[in-house]
Amino acid sequence: MPRVVVDVMLKPEILDPQGQAVANALPRLGVSDVASVRIGRRIEIDFTGEPDLDRAREIADKLLANPVIEDFTVRMVEADEIVDAHP
Amino acid sequence: MTARVGVVTFPGSLDDGDAARAVRIAGAEPVRLWHGEADLRGVDAVVLPGGFSYGDYLRCGAIARFAPVMETLVDAARGGLPVLGICNGFQILCEAHLLPGALTRNQHLHFRNRDQVLRIEAAGTAWTNTFQPGQEVLIPVKNGEGCYVADAATLDQLEAEGRVVARYVGGNPNGSQRDIAAITNPAGNVVGIMPHPEHAVEALTGPSLDGLGFFTSVLKHLVGAPA
Repeated sequence: MPRVVVDVMLKPEILDPQGQAVANALPRLGVSDVASVRIGRRIEIDFTGEPDLDRAREIADKLLANPVIEDFTVRMVEADEIVDAHP
Repeated sequence: MTARVGVVTFPGSLDDGDAARAVRIAGAEPVRLWHGEADLRGVDAVVLPGGFSYGDYLRCGAIARFAPVMETLVDAARGGLPVLGICNGFQILCEAHLLPGALTRNQHLHFRNRDQVLRIEAAGTAWTNTFQPGQEVLIPVKNGEGCYVADAATLDQLEAEGRVVARYVGGNPNGSQRDIAAITNPAGNVVGIMPHPEHAVEALTGPSLDGLGFFTSVLKHLVGAPA
């Protein structure tokens, strides 16, 4: 069954201190060619039945993202694209 | 008759006890309200206390906003019920769209905990009417996500309508835009404040008694309010 993925990112004009902190740490790893880092949130939603993008969009708009400070995108991914954190 | 001021407890609220105590010291009867119950028990005003409701999961206040008590509270606030959101309560009021803007991670990423001077700029709200405009007060601030942000048009509107209730003086603890520490809705009955007036109501535990003014203000407001 495909899964719905919601990506939530801070709007470009909102300062992202977390991203800045990560960017500032990179030189300590010897990385010097990164101009900026922005941190967002990925949310995976499994519906009980068929995945419903409109419903996911509604969920994202009402709860997952705060439209005052964040933008979001909603997309369907097939099972084999799903990030598996376990090796 | 003694005014009854509700204090809501969410899972993860920290300052509900202190808020209830501040209400009592100000001369009102604190009424403990529970997040899972829609009933406001006939209170005359409500305080949303500080803390980490629902573990601050997702975003601060984002889940608390959908608690049963909030459904009733949002309607009541739109109808004029005085509501004070402190710290996490301020975040909840923004998430519930009772106040504009949002509270984000402190710009320097550090949790800030210190006694903070504020300048009261809007002394006409239900929660600040015992202060003088321009009066400086000393109140503890303690937050990790207290950086107030809104788009420029919203900030301009808040300033033009006199809805910036308080600003940080002597150093901005979290990077809030235009040093904003507290704002109000157009009617002046809903106030969100990041610092903690409930921690400045007794000489033994607070840096001042300045916080008491917020709670005595609502009592004054209720006496003057039409029944």
